[in-house]
Amino acid sequence: MMRTTARQRVRTRRTLATCAVTVTAALALAACGGGTTPEEVAGGGGSEGAGEFTGEYDGPDVELSYWNGFTGGDGPFMQGLVDQFNEEHPNIKVVPNTIQWADFYQRVPAAVNAGEGPDVGVMHLDQLATNAARSVIVPLDDVAEALELSEDDFSEEVWSAGIYEDQRYGIPLDVHSLAMFYNTEHFEAAGITEPPTDEESFMAALDALQAAGYQQPFWMPARWPGHLMFLSLLWQNGGEPYAEDGSEARFGSEEGVEALQWMRGIVDAGYSPSDVAQDSQYVAFKNGETSITWDGIWQINDLEASGVPYALAPIPAIFDEQLMWANSHQFFMTKQVRADENKYEAARVFIAWMSEQSADWAGAAMIPARESIREEAVSGMPQEPIANLLDNVRFLPPVPGIGTVQSETLEQAVANAILGQEEPQAALESAQGRATELMQENLESFGG
Amino acid sequence: MSQTRVAAPGDTVDVVRRDQRASRRGVAKHGKVTPWLFLLPYLVLFISFVLLPIVLGLWISLHRWDYTLPGKPFVGLENYQDLFDSGSGIYSIFWNSMRATGIFTVASVPLLLVLPLLVALAMNRKFPGRNLFRAVYFAPYVLGVAVVGVLWRYLLDANIGLVNHYLGALGLPDDTAWLTSTPAVWVALVGVTVWWTMGYNAVIYLAALQDIPKELYEAARVDGANRWQQFVNVTFPGLRPVLAFITMITIIASANMFGQSYLMTQGGPGRETRTAIYQIAETGLRNFSMGDAAAMSYVLTAFLMVLSVLVFWLFRERRS
Repeated sequence: MMRTTARQRVRTRRTLATCAVTVTAALALAACGGGTTPEEVAGGGGSEGAGEFTGEYDGPDVELSYWNGFTGGDGPFMQGLVDQFNEEHPNIKVVPNTIQWADFYQRVPAAVNAGEGPDVGVMHLDQLATNAARSVIVPLDDVAEALELSEDDFSEEVWSAGIYEDQRYGIPLDVHSLAMFYNTEHFEAAGITEPPTDEESFMAALDALQAAGYQQPFWMPARWPGHLMFLSLLWQNGGEPYAEDGSEARFGSEEGVEALQWMRGIVDAGYSPSDVAQDSQYVAFKNGETSITWDGIWQINDLEASGVPYALAPIPAIFDEQLMWANSHQFFMTKQVRADENKYEAARVFIAWMSEQSADWAGAAMIPARESIREEAVSGMPQEPIANLLDNVRFLPPVPGIGTVQSETLEQAVANAILGQEEPQAALESAQGRATELMQENLESFGG
Repeated sequence: MSQTRVAAPGDTVDVVRRDQRASRRGVAKHGKVTPWLFLLPYLVLFISFVLLPIVLGLWISLHRWDYTLPGKPFVGLENYQDLFDSGSGIYSIFWNSMRATGIFTVASVPLLLVLPLLVALAMNRKFPGRNLFRAVYFAPYVLGVAVVGVLWRYLLDANIGLVNHYLGALGLPDDTAWLTSTPAVWVALVGVTVWWTMGYNAVIYLAALQDIPKELYEAARVDGANRWQQFVNVTFPGLRPVLAFITMITIIASANMFGQSYLMTQGGPGRETRTAIYQIAETGLRNFSMGDAAAMSYVLTAFLMVLSVLVFWLFRERRS
């Protein structure tokens, strides 16, 4: 139980600093977005000097400091990959440092500023813009080019999500989204044969579950992942949470209000108890007290271990389009690795190798980002139904500092509305006003 | 000093004075550097971890200070003005967090002063198993805030928690949302904090009680004082210096409350239990607005300083 708690907390913290990098910038821009910053110039020189990228590193022994936040069930898989890499590359020693995500995003900027940071690491794509704006991480366009990674091998959403201000900052490792977990025993008892796919079938399923004696089949969390459910529903309803240029928040739109009203309606209709505090909907699901919960696919390994009979399906289309919130782990490099030719070369080898091996990463309940690998890797895995719907996932836009904006405003509005302390409209409106204010401040401090 | 006066009869004081004279001569012989040498290790820590941060913090509070950005423009007193300008975005956020801190302090300090005293009085008596009980009351204090927070978060959960389950079994209302509704959330936070830290105050009280000379009680009994009169006229005056100390550290500890609401309520239901320290940490460490956060810290410090003066004034030695 403690382990789960720790893990859940990690997930919870994730959102606190959520700020995403989704962009529809064209690939062409990504490919030619070089040479505009000092780092880029240095990097360009580096790749030129290194010549053709062969995937091999034959320079002197180097040590790479590699930071990530895989503290949950994903940790052992990452450690296994690193061990394997070290074994296959005797002249590169990758030294991993695992810090839970909550602290990760506080510590990396500080460490890099002090020159004690990682050479290479993994962060969430919604953090890339923030850290790019703070010059913690450097553009990787030339790396992507040298690795011959291109949009063809990734779904457009995932690929373009690593781009901030026309430059690529992240090499996608995986995608992880929100999904609908359901208790298969409960479904069987209620006579539900197919997982619901739209509002009609979803509500019918809830009613059937109630009729079968599961009085509160769908607990509605006020905190994590409540705001991720809200974002999914907002997108489904045709809304957008934030302006892509970072100038204003838009989650208080009519679409947003409807989405939040639907969520609160689940409580009002008695499908959920009131006052569902953090994590309790998930614990209840594991204990078989509730039948359906929407949570991230990274919970799969934990649910497997808990023994609860479950399956998962994409989030149903409650509104017009079947869309889901998602995030992605992306490799980054810091400015310090650019200064050292050998380290830079080794880091490229490392990222390329990891990207090739990302099939194994599916075991960590993630969906590999590369299409050439994905299908085989997730075949027969619990996350398979989601992996086939990657065009239906949505990321937060690449606006620096948006993670804090969201945790300071949207998350609390969602909590207040679901707890019944404020009307959805009033909650979203005041939060939206404050969010826009914060975003304007951010635009100013990040230099617009 | 006042403690010596209460606890030690006259001749003991003389001995102490003689000792002091003797040691003073010794110091003079070894030069004036000796005391400084002894103080040096602490002084180094004090300067680098208290004095310098205080000065640096003041400097930071005058800037828009994001340490990851190259520019840290000087803004003078703007950060402070924003905190006191009801039109600024940060005004209500900061003062709501100050109010949360205030509510918590007002609710928890009296309990943390009175309950541990009662415990200490009971533990000061002779009865079988006394040491066990002393340990039992002190035990929770050994736990870290993370353990306490996570433990009680599950115990107090409105829907899956044990507390409501047993309340229901006893026929009491079992639908109190301890962590997601006010004012229940304050009851939960204060209750957990009292359970957690009571032992510490009790130990200090106990030490002070044991310092009160038995002769004073004997004399009081000879004069015909009953238990209550003994408490009012012997125990309470004997505790006064310690009481001032406990009051002060309890107020400061309560005003610094962070972990409990961070872990148990995430500042919720919405942001009602987001205390000042919570807000400072969020602003400075997560949002990188070190300037705003530093200014908030100084305002909070100012409040605590005024409060300290007030407490010392309340507990001052009244000479009749």
